Amino acid sequence: MYSYHRKSNEAEWANQPAKYGTTGREKLHEFCAECHGDVVKIRTEKLHGTIPCENCHGPVLNHPEKPEKLDVDRSRELCLRCHTNLPYTTSERKRIPGIDPKTHNTGAVCVSCHNPHNPSLEGMK
Amino acid sequence: MERRDFLKKCIMVIAGASVPLSALTLVDPKKVLAANPSIQWAFLVDTTKCVGCGFCVKACKTENDIPLNANVTRTWVERYVYTKDDRRYVDSPKGALDGYTDARIDLGKGEFKEIDKDNVGKAFFVPKLCNHCASPACTQVCPVGATYKADNGVVLVDRKWCIGCGYCIMACPYAARFFHPVLKVADKCTFCYHRLSKGLDSACVNACPFGARKMGNIHDKNDPITQIIMNERVGVLKDEFGTKPQAFYIGLAQEVR
Repeated sequence: MYSYHRKSNEAEWANQPAKYGTTGREKLHEFCAECHGDVVKIRTEKLHGTIPCENCHGPVLNHPEKPEKLDVDRSRELCLRCHTNLPYTTSERKRIPGIDPKTHNTGAVCVSCHNPHNPSLEGMK
Repeated sequence: MERRDFLKKCIMVIAGASVPLSALTLVDPKKVLAANPSIQWAFLVDTTKCVGCGFCVKACKTENDIPLNANVTRTWVERYVYTKDDRRYVDSPKGALDGYTDARIDLGKGEFKEIDKDNVGKAFFVPKLCNHCASPACTQVCPVGATYKADNGVVLVDRKWCIGCGYCIMACPYAARFFHPVLKVADKCTFCYHRLSKGLDSACVNACPFGARKMGNIHDKNDPITQIIMNERVGVLKDEFGTKPQAFYIGLAQEVR
């Protein structure tokens, strides 16, 4: 098949700066643990251990130079992405405990009661 | 010159001319590829793992500077709900940028369809993105040659050359392209070309907590993703269009196109 090729443009795309680091499933938390491993016990086991740090803490950009402090998303909406109760028994969603956002402590942010780094209901503060 | 001599000389000339042709050995693409292992990116979506959280959409839009509130996105997640009385619903409010926080189906224009939870037969989520087709329809229709397939299989748009005519947007059978509202050019998923070339995972693959999105080098037999594509039951979207999509799906349903 014949088609155009803009060879010089490939480098332009390749040289764009990346915003997110690499905190995904493969290298989970390793990047953040380099500095924060002692301060915060970074959980890599079940429950929230599979969530990349940057999903809540925001893209790492050039942290720690710029920004010095990441803007953490503590909103109710963030938690509701996974923890809204949807009646889908055939999807993976069934594994995740869910609440009805219209009745469950409306207006309150989830992190005022739940600890996202230790989400087990038994150890609730 | 006699007729016989003429014919003899003709045959000699033809034979002589054909020697350089036979000197050229036939190239076996497989051997060439083995000698020069090149990267050919392919995407693998495991729909059985997706829960519709939409973290991938948010990460993609942030990473690639796509306006968050504009109704365009490089990747999106669709929700399929089948009811027990055999009705089928599909929606993707804002491309699932904020996930699915409502059990009602978004019919658009502010209308919602309430579905009784006892009536839900099956439901699932399907992440979608550019398929980076091996035979892309979008690159062929571009009148200025601004969009092309890079050697590693990624379909890109040269933003300096694109005139924003929208032919490619119409040509894509998967609706993976859109008009960038700020830059006024055609835009699409680049497999996070800038991240791949830095050795990072693409933003959506990085953001998925459930491993529903993966990428691999389909030219490397030992790549775990290639192994899955080779050995497990995967499908592609709209195979009948002949575009040879390079995004493979585990757990495709007939309704997912």
